[in-house]
Amino acid sequence: MRNSVILAALAAAGLVAGTAQAQELAYSQVERGRYLVTAGNCAACHTDMENDGTPFAGGRGLDTPFGVIYSRNLTPDEETGIGLWSRDDFYRAMNEGVNREGQQLYPAFPYTYFTIMPREDVDAVYDYLRTLEPVRAEIPENELPLPLRFRPAVAGWKMLFFEDREFVPDPAQSDAWNRGRYLVDGPTHCGACHTGKNLLGGDREAEYLRGGTLENWFAPNIRGGENGGLAQWEIGDIVEFLRDGRARHTAPMQRMGEVVGLSTQHMTQEDLEAIAIYLKSLNDEPPQAADPITEDRVAAGRSIFFDECAACHAADGSGVPYIFAPLDGSNKLTAEDPSTVIRIILEGAQAVPTEAALGPLAMPAFDWKLSDEQIADVVSYLRQAWSNNAIAVSASDVADMRSYLEEH
Amino acid sequence: MVTRLPDVDVVLVGFGWTGAIMAQKLTDAGMEVLALERGPWRDTPTHFPTTFAQDELRYYWRHGMFQEASQETLTFRNNRSQMALPMRRWGSFLPGNGVGGSGVHWNGQTFRFLPSDFVARSHNEERYGPLPEDMTVQDYGVTYEELEPHFDYFEKICGISGEAGNVNGEIIAGGNPFEGQRSDHYPCPPLQMTFSQDRFAASARNLGLHPFPGPAANLSQAYTNPLGMQLAPCTYCGFCEKFGCGNYSKSSPQTTIIPALMRRNNFALRTNAEVLSIERTPDGAMATGVTYVDAQGELYFQPAGMVILCAYQLQNTRLMLLSGIGAPYDPQTGQGVVGKNYCYQVMSSVDVFFEEEYTNEFVGAGALGMVVDDYNGDNFDHSGLGFIGGGYIACWTTNARPIETHPVPEGVPTWGSAWKKSVRENFLKSTSVGLHGASMAHRSNYVDLDPTYKDRWGRPLLRMTYDFTLNDRRLTAHITPVVKDIARGMGGREIKVNNRRGSYDSMPYQTTHNTGGTIMGTSPADSVVNRYCQSWDVPNLFVTGAGLFPQNAGYNPTDTVAALAYWSADAIVNQYLRAEGPLVQP
Repeated sequence: MRNSVILAALAAAGLVAGTAQAQELAYSQVERGRYLVTAGNCAACHTDMENDGTPFAGGRGLDTPFGVIYSRNLTPDEETGIGLWSRDDFYRAMNEGVNREGQQLYPAFPYTYFTIMPREDVDAVYDYLRTLEPVRAEIPENELPLPLRFRPAVAGWKMLFFEDREFVPDPAQSDAWNRGRYLVDGPTHCGACHTGKNLLGGDREAEYLRGGTLENWFAPNIRGGENGGLAQWEIGDIVEFLRDGRARHTAPMQRMGEVVGLSTQHMTQEDLEAIAIYLKSLNDEPPQAADPITEDRVAAGRSIFFDECAACHAADGSGVPYIFAPLDGSNKLTAEDPSTVIRIILEGAQAVPTEAALGPLAMPAFDWKLSDEQIADVVSYLRQAWSNNAIAVSASDVADMRSYLEEH
Repeated sequence: MVTRLPDVDVVLVGFGWTGAIMAQKLTDAGMEVLALERGPWRDTPTHFPTTFAQDELRYYWRHGMFQEASQETLTFRNNRSQMALPMRRWGSFLPGNGVGGSGVHWNGQTFRFLPSDFVARSHNEERYGPLPEDMTVQDYGVTYEELEPHFDYFEKICGISGEAGNVNGEIIAGGNPFEGQRSDHYPCPPLQMTFSQDRFAASARNLGLHPFPGPAANLSQAYTNPLGMQLAPCTYCGFCEKFGCGNYSKSSPQTTIIPALMRRNNFALRTNAEVLSIERTPDGAMATGVTYVDAQGELYFQPAGMVILCAYQLQNTRLMLLSGIGAPYDPQTGQGVVGKNYCYQVMSSVDVFFEEEYTNEFVGAGALGMVVDDYNGDNFDHSGLGFIGGGYIACWTTNARPIETHPVPEGVPTWGSAWKKSVRENFLKSTSVGLHGASMAHRSNYVDLDPTYKDRWGRPLLRMTYDFTLNDRRLTAHITPVVKDIARGMGGREIKVNNRRGSYDSMPYQTTHNTGGTIMGTSPADSVVNRYCQSWDVPNLFVTGAGLFPQNAGYNPTDTVAALAYWSADAIVNQYLRAEGPLVQP
């Protein structure tokens, strides 16, 4: 009897709270938040992917150059999640990088991008997150060196690299272009991976979307104008890549596979086109001509290519569009930083299965089969074969990646 | 102790082609489906990537993909006067194991049976009079016309490369003019033929025959199937049969269906789960599920609303016998049905050796070939010949893998330096033309439970009693000369005829086309399942596979096995689920 009274009281309290929030939890508002959360791919970092964690309950270790940072629990659990956070608290985190307790947030949480999001969008995200089932999930302590464990240090970082900005549309450009720029610079935070970072982890303006290294992957140059990494891609190609997970040039794999699988395949056609239109407007500097490799190296690299690679990627490097990446003109292959191509040869890679393309097409691993020198030879050969013109790589580049992969 | 697991709607025993097909259609219909697979999980990038798929020693010689005889084998004898002995190493046929089953390591030769093959008894008796008494040939109970949409769908799932010969009644030059009427063309054009096929086709045409490209599950071009699965063009590496394809170029359950299933919430797969028996209600009228054992040796009872046998023909038949479902066949009385009409395939071939020209047979694919069908089925008049059925004649260039391929002409020693010299001279300059003959059912060919040999669970092994029949001998004697004529016309220096001789020998590899044992038909008196592949005795038990064939046609079985599975799945969804019970009244 006593218990049922308490239960009734609790239910009534819940009902009151529910009424107060009814406005905010209206269908269209939650739906808008859900879409932004999807576009922002919040689930990727805020889910412990490696251990099949509950979505949004955090705990994924993000391997930054400064140490491992564990993502927070975004579910409305009061003790371990953001259950006690107000809308203002949440907006401050997204806009200024400060948590409810007033502590500085590490910029592994990309508030440097989210800061341009208008209050309405951030509120919608908050309202959507409130609809999640609260999950109690203790998050491990970050593994950072001593000076960085001191959160106020982040304030100094922010003075150098963070600006509380608003998105200002460019009236000279189309609506689609402006929408694309908003998405790229804000919610989808493409630059977090695709823009080069300085030694302190801040974006280098001059490297905007020219490719960046993180977790020993090189996220390629995605500028789509003249000389850009996507110069050979049409708008439709970029849309296919983001929507279907397959395109003529390549497929999203590993980290980008997560992005397409969890996020972009669920975005609207208009938004994907807007992103493509914006990226296609970004020109780049002509690349530096590379010193040609020796004829011996060409011969060695070409032999390995014919024995190990040509069956899928075709003898003339044209690949099988939509299935096996063409290597002639590949921006992954010719990237300034060869980490990705070396890594994919060593450990293999899998094209992400999407709603449009269910087959998990994969490239096999060669770490057991090819030596550092052989991989360096074939990569160097391919980086200068056909129309490609990128600098050679050395066996020690491969050895470094091999030992990194053995440790991880 | 047997652990009882939560109920599912359907349990599939085995997860190769027919398991994947059943799972596809039944999960489409909203049923909760669990597949139990005796072997391990297998997928392309992990288990047969291009980096080591073409390992002949591992996969061909050491049987990397096949059922291990130490886990399950069978005993064999040619006739009832002999004592059957266990096959301790596979030879004549190679049963598959693991996810994808034999569908992983097949060649990809994807023929439809002829319309007359499905009505072999009534058709032949109508044309030629009564069949001999010992010839237990039967009609399937289902017709080619009924299966046509299912053939067509499976060919689209696979992206078969070929040239149609009869689309909606229109005969198309370059295709097979004898084939049953098709509703559509093949999804992909034929593979690129090589020197050997060109010579074969020219020779066949000179003889007034009708050569056409073999229908291939090796892709001639990039293709996306109706489930959104992508297949890549074949590289003609010559490692199909006995190997997995690392290039996504061979249609298999892995490359065409399974990834779509793995995303469905109403599908689950349990590997290393070996089904020991089908369980039934106390009155035996209905199946209640299956008992299986896992890799740890733990026993489980998996209850299910329906049980579908999707394992290989040998295992499906054995499981029926071990579970006591249906009357075992008795060759003396001709009574009983389970194990009846075991059939195989009857082969002969003629090798051709060229003096100057290179055949380069190492540039091959599992179903790269030109075929003539003029001597198959009832495409020719059998009056006075004393046999029925026939076979296709083909020049396939499947491979020239060095451990298996040592072509030498007549009269060359079988070992030593003269043999080596001859292999060296002929390796790149030879080819072969083969007859792929039908195997008609005979009263004395059957499978049953062995009275002596048992498996590690103490259960009797399957016993095979099989030999070639008079029909087989007459068939090959009549058609092999045609093979010889074609081979002779190919312009080589010499030929070598490999006649089918003597009794069936279970050791040299011939083909993994074992059929019968759980045959389908029109009456419970002479078949195990009805025309919808539903057990006559236990209506919630269905059977798939080549065990359904009352006799084997002169073709490779996979297309017909798959079409029957889609046909049966269609009947389950559209008839059985509406009114559970026998779909055909005996």
